[in-house]
Amino acid sequence: MDDIILNVSHFSYAYGDMKAVSDISFQVRKGEIFSFLGPNGAGKSTVINSLITLLPLQSGTVTIAGYDLGSERSRVRESIGIVFQQITLDKDMTVRETLDFHGDIYRMSHEEKTTRIRELLRLVELEEKADTLVNNLSGGMKRRLEIARGLMTRPRVLFLDEPTIGLDPQTRQKTWDYLRSVNQEGTTIFMTTHYMDEADLLSDHIALIDHGTIIVHGTPEELKESLGNDVIYLETSDNTTAQQILTGLSGIREMSRYEGKLMIISEQDGTRLLPDIMRYLGEHAISVLAVNLKKPSMDDVFMHYTGTEMRD
Amino acid sequence: MMIPGFYPVFKRDMTRHFRFKDQLFTSMLHPVLWLVLFGFAMAGTFERLLQASVPPAGLVVVNYLTFMCPGMIAATIMFANLYGGFSVLFDKNWGILREILASPMPRRDLIIGIILSAITKSLIQTVIIIVLGMILGVSTFAGQSPLGIIISIAGIILFIGAFSAAVLCVSLYMAFTTSSPEGYQGITTILSMPLFFASNSLYPGEGLPPGIKELALINPLTHLTNGLRFFTIGDHFTALGLAFSYTPVEIAISFLYLVCLALILFWVTLRTINRAIIT
Repeated sequence: MDDIILNVSHFSYAYGDMKAVSDISFQVRKGEIFSFLGPNGAGKSTVINSLITLLPLQSGTVTIAGYDLGSERSRVRESIGIVFQQITLDKDMTVRETLDFHGDIYRMSHEEKTTRIRELLRLVELEEKADTLVNNLSGGMKRRLEIARGLMTRPRVLFLDEPTIGLDPQTRQKTWDYLRSVNQEGTTIFMTTHYMDEADLLSDHIALIDHGTIIVHGTPEELKESLGNDVIYLETSDNTTAQQILTGLSGIREMSRYEGKLMIISEQDGTRLLPDIMRYLGEHAISVLAVNLKKPSMDDVFMHYTGTEMRD
Repeated sequence: MMIPGFYPVFKRDMTRHFRFKDQLFTSMLHPVLWLVLFGFAMAGTFERLLQASVPPAGLVVVNYLTFMCPGMIAATIMFANLYGGFSVLFDKNWGILREILASPMPRRDLIIGIILSAITKSLIQTVIIIVLGMILGVSTFAGQSPLGIIISIAGIILFIGAFSAAVLCVSLYMAFTTSSPEGYQGITTILSMPLFFASNSLYPGEGLPPGIKELALINPLTHLTNGLRFFTIGDHFTALGLAFSYTPVEIAISFLYLVCLALILFWVTLRTINRAIIT
């Protein structure tokens, strides 16, 4: 298909004997924001580091912007932009020098560099900091500079590894705004994140990854709808017994327990199911301590599919 | 005009070198201290010990400071280049090495760019020592014609270029293979000891005990010192009551030795960096 810009097929990676990613396949369409969502240690960074050529391609086939990752690494490198997980800036260079150096190692012409630097500094609102040393920038500004650097060469795909890790809420919000406007200008974005809100708000498609495999993927809406209509959280005097009792009650699609809560996914309208649940438990002398009913969020999707809270 | 691929790396390194006045100042003070403290102390000591000795007849007599000056240049350059990969270690652990390694720039250009900036810094330090030495009474280029001086300067540049490149490759190799600044510094310090002491840069090589003498023969610092003495003092002279003579063939061999060493070390370092995985 013509509009597939990143095609990953049967990709696996192992560190020695330890398998980090096993046999994953996915496709990213031109112009979309595609997120890899997963807990720490799920294999997200291994995938992205392989795609950006920092790790060798061990097995599988990957095409990026029409180039084969295994045999056309230089071409791939020319076609992509990268924002690394950790800050990778030279604190002893100024903002302008940072972008200029990047343009140089990608062999951009002087005119091209000058124009691009002006455009990008405006985009990430660092015009007034152009001649400031990186060392004197705030964390958010550094991130913005890295995004600008990643866009310096007008890449076909921009790769971001945990773009808002360690940033305060306002700065995260601002970073999302920049990423959205970059995307609207036509850059395809592939990013990894362990923040559900980030994946939910930004992405056109999400692949949920855990233990080195893609568990589920789809649009944020599809993922949330896949869970059913409503999610009910119960805290009861005895969750184990409560779960046994409620098994068989019609209208419940699924139940699971963790962290002292019982998560119930309703078949249809949860507000009609809840009274039944309460009455049923009452008849069996189980007292309900707390109730929470809501539409499924990305957190619920995550917990449903990985069975865990976020690991750090 | 086609800008060579190594230029951005060279430019960045030089910009950083001249940007921070404290770093620039210490790199310039380093050779000055060597010459003034060590040079004068040794010169005083040797000249007192050798008061009674009669220099071999028919040779140009040079004072110890003049004799020491090429050795001081050699030592300064060796230490500077041995630690020259340190910034790359920082780039690797906390800096922009990922950006460079994931770019289409050949890794060869990374090494060449850093080598060229190291040679430039070494030449700056050399000029400082030579000029300061002349002020303090070192007779450099004595008895040479203007053309001879130009040839000598060219010779000095070639020797320093080959030597700096060789040592810097070792330093880069270590920056890529060690994981911490402590490990890097530990190995560098251990390497610097035999390089520095098993050589003829501080004292005449003749007096070295067996074993160390042979070590000195394969030590690049010895060959750099030979070349520098040849070009700054001359092919026949006496110092410390000893006669020194260098034939052009010996100097050519020393130079070739340094060039071969630099090429081999470049190849080893390039291979290591081409295989390096840094995430």
